[in-house]
Amino acid sequence: MTAGPQRPTLLSRLLGARETGLVLIILVLFVLMSFASPHFLTWSNMRAMTMAFSVEAIVVVGMTILLISGGIDLSVGSVTALSMVIAGLLFLSGVNPWLAALIAIAACAGIGAVIGFFVTVVGLHHFIVTLAAMVIARGLCLLGTGGRPLGLYDLPASVKWIGIGSLGPLPVAVAIFAVVVVVFDLLLRRATAFRLVYYTGSNPRAAAYAGIRTRRVVLMTTVLCSTLCGVAGIIYMARFGSAQPTFGVGMELNVIAAAVIGGASLSGGKGTILGAVLGAVLLSLVSSSLALLNVSVYWQDIIRGSILLAAVTFDHFLVSRQAAGGRG
Amino acid sequence: MTAPPLLEITDVRKSFGAIRALDGAKFELRPGEIHALAGENGAGKSTLMNIIDGILQPDAGEIRIDGRPVRIDSPATAQRLGIGFVHQEIALCAEIPVAENIFMARTAQSRRPFVDAAAMAAEARMVLAPLADIDPRLPAGRLSIGQQQLVEIARALTLDCRILILDEPTAALTEHEAGKLFAIMRDLARRGIGIIFISHRMVEIFGVCDRVTVMRDGRHILTSPTDAISPEGIVNAMVGRRIDSFFPPRMQGAAGPEILRVEGLSDRRFRDVSFALRAGEILGFGGLIGAGRSEIARGLTRLEGAARGRVWLEGREVVLRDYADSIARGIVYLSEDRKGDGVFLDLSIAANVSALNLRLVSGRLGLIDVQAEAAQAERIGRTLKLKAASMAQRVVALSGGNQQKVALARLLAVRPKVIFLDEPTRGVDVGAKAEIHAILRRLAEDGVGIVVISSELPELIGLCDRVLVVCEGRIAGELAGEALSEAAIMTLAAPGARAAAGAGR
Repeated sequence: MTAGPQRPTLLSRLLGARETGLVLIILVLFVLMSFASPHFLTWSNMRAMTMAFSVEAIVVVGMTILLISGGIDLSVGSVTALSMVIAGLLFLSGVNPWLAALIAIAACAGIGAVIGFFVTVVGLHHFIVTLAAMVIARGLCLLGTGGRPLGLYDLPASVKWIGIGSLGPLPVAVAIFAVVVVVFDLLLRRATAFRLVYYTGSNPRAAAYAGIRTRRVVLMTTVLCSTLCGVAGIIYMARFGSAQPTFGVGMELNVIAAAVIGGASLSGGKGTILGAVLGAVLLSLVSSSLALLNVSVYWQDIIRGSILLAAVTFDHFLVSRQAAGGRG
Repeated sequence: MTAPPLLEITDVRKSFGAIRALDGAKFELRPGEIHALAGENGAGKSTLMNIIDGILQPDAGEIRIDGRPVRIDSPATAQRLGIGFVHQEIALCAEIPVAENIFMARTAQSRRPFVDAAAMAAEARMVLAPLADIDPRLPAGRLSIGQQQLVEIARALTLDCRILILDEPTAALTEHEAGKLFAIMRDLARRGIGIIFISHRMVEIFGVCDRVTVMRDGRHILTSPTDAISPEGIVNAMVGRRIDSFFPPRMQGAAGPEILRVEGLSDRRFRDVSFALRAGEILGFGGLIGAGRSEIARGLTRLEGAARGRVWLEGREVVLRDYADSIARGIVYLSEDRKGDGVFLDLSIAANVSALNLRLVSGRLGLIDVQAEAAQAERIGRTLKLKAASMAQRVVALSGGNQQKVALARLLAVRPKVIFLDEPTRGVDVGAKAEIHAILRRLAEDGVGIVVISSELPELIGLCDRVLVVCEGRIAGELAGEALSEAAIMTLAAPGARAAAGAGR
């Protein structure tokens, strides 16, 4: 927990210490970059930047909730790609594109349910099950497309609109992302059902003793994460006008990194949507800044990894200091 | 009595594989009574309580509430039937505020879509008020173990239960906190709530309870009003044989040469600690939980902190750099948290016993000689009367008493000169307890320096030749011989007026 004793409840932490810190870092980077590069503070760059991170950030939301419940999902990149491929294949075979999108999202939810089955009923670890799901989903993508991108040249403009259109100044994809963030942030802060997610992740035995059906909670968060991957896949498809079977390789690491920088813990029980999204903003801002400054892409990975390490180290010292004061 | 009992259990059976945990268990709870349930570890108490709470399902038998047969298929059902359970092991969500921990079950059942954290905190404050002064907004993980136990109890009190199960609730509480708990229990009983109270402490059974039921080997042995039975009667029923003396005889003759001398040991949690330990004696550390007894032992052996001070071992001054150094010199520490850091539960007995010094069981090339490892475990296990199928058996499958013997065996493997034992018989049944006491006495007679940290006053008095009482990080006094009594220890242990204000914290 990042909040001090004066702000200990989940509710009063709209902007906890961590979120405030992240906002400050992001603002400083923002100011520095607007001096460092003339192209940074332009409308087109801002638009490109928000577009770049907003879809992935939808997946970050799902991952954060799953992490809070004590799970993890390595298959998010493949499942996002699979959503694209399923919708693309259905569309090419004559299915209405909207119906195709719904079927693809439902299929992703189904994958989540299968993962959840192996985790909660069979009793395997999330890490292993989703590692298998990652490979299988990628295999299905390649199998369905023969390894080549599916060109969806006849995609109606109404579908493309969700990927590249605008609502006034706001790109539609960003608007969808904003709605997802606000809704799930509110639910996670206030809703009874989502409070059980924290309990389950923090101490599954305590939750079970309180009469909480923890397996059901974990199943729910697993399905939710995969479903949000499905949604993200459709938005990507609409933006690219194609379905790319190799899309999203390595995405899981980015997404987990964002959630952890934002305060989620791999051991469950903590994390906020706002924090995770700020984590995603920070990582994305760093990437595009480095690109604008013509820094080699290889350096970008090194720098992003270092940020992750710094955030987790910071967390560790915060937690161990509190623990030293609290133990009798 | 015309009204049916509140809870009636008849002929309940439960097996785990080949092990028969309950073999015709019987129990009866009347409204408004406090009913002690006693038995050694492994007697089936926990299994029976887990069945009442719906965590386990019985293979056979009947449970009646108010005379009506019921089927309790989950903790949620148990709650609906008015059963509240305070588990022995603390099960709180460390990151979550105390208030939410208290009302977790209610939140889980709630039909309201949103949580009102402010109202919850206010309500939690009211529930906690009679027990302790705890800020309900703090994450539960920041509380001391005793405070966490009180939060567990507060949680059960909010459930509106008619049957309250308390599984060794006082294990982590101070006398003061336990006293408050007993007052609340009596109050609840007056309001017609039936309380099942599991405890190993005779003082509590006779001080608070109306009736006592003893279980052994999964069976009902006896049920009696507490004023119609003696502590010896209960213990004999528990172990099924007569235990003539709980404790081994004391040291014969005078103590031998000085093994360990400590002067002016200080750290954050203790100040200016000086004492000496002689061969042949068992030295006790008494005091309240949190007084700094464990910290002194862990500081001296360099397990934690950066204690300053001088240490002499067998007359020669030594400077210990870290715990590995301390082990090499022959000063070892047995943790109070057996499962947490005493043993490797998932490893074999042999691998546990060899853990402190693998070189003792390794051949050339640094490869572990599996046979030597097993032989070492076998040899030490025999002296400790360790009961196990084989040395390859995993420690998790052993009873609490045998796990503790494994923890002790791994220390003995390095042939220590001084052993600090922190709560060596906590969670160990009466029979194994007496065995461990006898082992410690034998080790002392063999010239090993023994220091026992214990919160059980009878253990300190019965086992130790001399007791140092620690209060707020300082040695408050030394007691031996005739002066060694429960009252004398408690007088020295109480922090006095200065801490009376902070006792609830």
